[in-house]
Amino acid sequence: MLDANFFTALLSLSLVKATPLVLGAMSGILCERSGIINIGIEGMMLMSAFAGFLGAVFSDSLWVGVLVGVLTGAVMGAFLALLSIRYKVDQIIGGTVINLLAVGITSYFAVIIIDNQSLSGIGVLPIIQIPLLADIPVIGPILFRNQPITFMMLILVFVLHVALFYTPWGLRTRAVGEHPRAADTVGIRVNRMRYLDTTLGGMMAGLAGAFITLESVGSFESGVMTNGRGFIALAVMVSGNWRPINALIIAYIFGVSDALGVRLQLGDVNQLATLLIVAGLGMLIGGALWALTKYLGRRDENKVPVTQIALAVAGLVMVLAPAIVEIPETNIPFQFLGLPPYILTIIIVAGLVGNVRPPAAEGKVYEKQ
Amino acid sequence: MTTETDASRGAESKLGLFSRRVFISILSIVLSLVIGGAIIALSGGDPIDGYLGLWRGAFGKEKAVVETIVKTTPFIFAGLAVAVGFRGGLFNIGVEGQLFVGSICALIAGYAVELPPGIHAAFALLMGALGGAVWAAIPGYLKARTGAHEVITTIMTNYIALRVINWSISQNGPLRLPGSALPETRRVLDSARLPSLTDTTPPLHIGVVIVIVAVFFVYWLLWRTPLGFEIRTVGLNPSAARYAGIKVERTIVLTMVISGALAGLGGAVQVLGLLGYFTTGFNVGLGFDSIAVAMLGSNHPFGVAAGALLFGVMDAGMKTMQLRTQVPRDIVVIIQGLILLFVAAPLLIQPLFRLRQVGEGEQVSISATWGGEG
Repeated sequence: MLDANFFTALLSLSLVKATPLVLGAMSGILCERSGIINIGIEGMMLMSAFAGFLGAVFSDSLWVGVLVGVLTGAVMGAFLALLSIRYKVDQIIGGTVINLLAVGITSYFAVIIIDNQSLSGIGVLPIIQIPLLADIPVIGPILFRNQPITFMMLILVFVLHVALFYTPWGLRTRAVGEHPRAADTVGIRVNRMRYLDTTLGGMMAGLAGAFITLESVGSFESGVMTNGRGFIALAVMVSGNWRPINALIIAYIFGVSDALGVRLQLGDVNQLATLLIVAGLGMLIGGALWALTKYLGRRDENKVPVTQIALAVAGLVMVLAPAIVEIPETNIPFQFLGLPPYILTIIIVAGLVGNVRPPAAEGKVYEKQ
Repeated sequence: MTTETDASRGAESKLGLFSRRVFISILSIVLSLVIGGAIIALSGGDPIDGYLGLWRGAFGKEKAVVETIVKTTPFIFAGLAVAVGFRGGLFNIGVEGQLFVGSICALIAGYAVELPPGIHAAFALLMGALGGAVWAAIPGYLKARTGAHEVITTIMTNYIALRVINWSISQNGPLRLPGSALPETRRVLDSARLPSLTDTTPPLHIGVVIVIVAVFFVYWLLWRTPLGFEIRTVGLNPSAARYAGIKVERTIVLTMVISGALAGLGGAVQVLGLLGYFTTGFNVGLGFDSIAVAMLGSNHPFGVAAGALLFGVMDAGMKTMQLRTQVPRDIVVIIQGLILLFVAAPLLIQPLFRLRQVGEGEQVSISATWGGEG
């Protein structure tokens, strides 16, 4: 049934699906804002998911596991910085080395440690309800009834936003990533900043890894843990223009398309009608908000945001369509229902690259003169 | 990433540079094997026993040697695909998906049409190359047209290819072998199978000959044709290439097309030469390993062939190693990752062996276009 409960559950699952993407994107933002390209997010997540799982099992505490995962991420981040800065490895190759080693190390030790001792997990982090706020209809269950790492993700987005744009540390980070020579001239230690930020970035990827094994799946199985989410996180980062709050919004759109794929597999609702309504809702809300900001920020009194209003109207039509016309029942194979995030990534990356701007000094080794 | 070419260097220093590069590659391999051995020992295995098992699996009997050669073949195709991309300044991580698409196209051409033997196989190989080329042209076009970085788009095209292929061989999928309980496809007709030079299992199919031709073809293409010159110039310096009148966008798309065609041909050879059908898990990971193969071979076709042989040996040997010595086969992936690390970071091993600094040579930077400009 397409009622309020259906949409609340869907939008709540979307936030869960968005969590590792947001954390991964923040990992990329931290590294790249300081000038280090990090395509090793996938490998960092995988290593941390594995180490975090082992940490939790051997200490019999999920929180120790989370800590181990985050620390593993920190080590991986520092390793990437070491390769990039000290050993001058092309940063994209450095990231690929990390991804390759992570697959090898985790699957090798998964056989030795997990399979040979038939270790099983110790469950996942519990859901936390925030009193009163969780009782608000629709928004309450989505925002205030979650597992801890999802909450931490939401807080970290705002912390990172403030830190990056309103603190001396953020100014230094951005300076080092944009114009290291100038930053050096005013006394900022360029490479030290990069070591610090890349290590912090690794910790974010580490938290994303801990999310996978300790909050989402509850076990570790080689080959099916990260599923390219480290790379989708990169697309989220690029399309969010290297800004944490934008990354959250875009990751949420990915989350919705991912959650839809999962939800529609159950086959109890009309698939096409649901897709129409959800996409229509997105266009309606997005178009309306976009039109409003255009309207409020306009300089020319007579200019009406036509494109944005058209988008919103088209969305409204799509939402109402299933009530007016008969939409045929379909049975889309589940492999296809999983495709949208990947296609969306390509469209966003291809459509936005000209409109976003990466930190200027990215990927370049800095040497004092 | 540092690669050397012959430009602006005398014969003597060229030779010196070449031998030092080979030396570094060998040191990287040795060091990786030593660390791999240490990991085996620390996790309770016997490294000597493990490596002996690996060796027996690769060279023990005539059958093992054939297996090694057959395992090396796809690594060469995929390694060449990555190397052509690198030479053109493109990091084609999509080789994995292009290989799958090539396999599937060759498979369809192999069972859906009827042609005389020989011609049929050639037609199916061509379709495989074409499929890989088209699949690679998409990220190539997006890069040329919008600047979307190929690392992201090719990883996404990998996932898309994988999902669609998994659907096509799933229950009721269009390629599924009717009546089979396993996720496997229909069989290609005998007329499309690659002839074998031996009657061993696996067969020593003529894909081995095709791949040798491909190695020389890539060498000829890159260093003896105007297109190859354009590809290498764009790879070294896109802005300079543009000022010299090279159509950079066209070259980017062509580089991806050639790269994808090599990958697709590799996939086609696997399907037509070995199984005769496609199933889940067939060639998984090959496209990713080939990145290390290409780097190990300094993105030179002959180097790629040597690097592929090393990977073929490890791949052929790891089954025997796991079976006889209880050392998990995944140690091979760790060793491969370490080799890539040391080859990519010669500064890591130079102080260890008191080597002189390797000259910078000509550098292809694939990080330069991250984010779209360039």
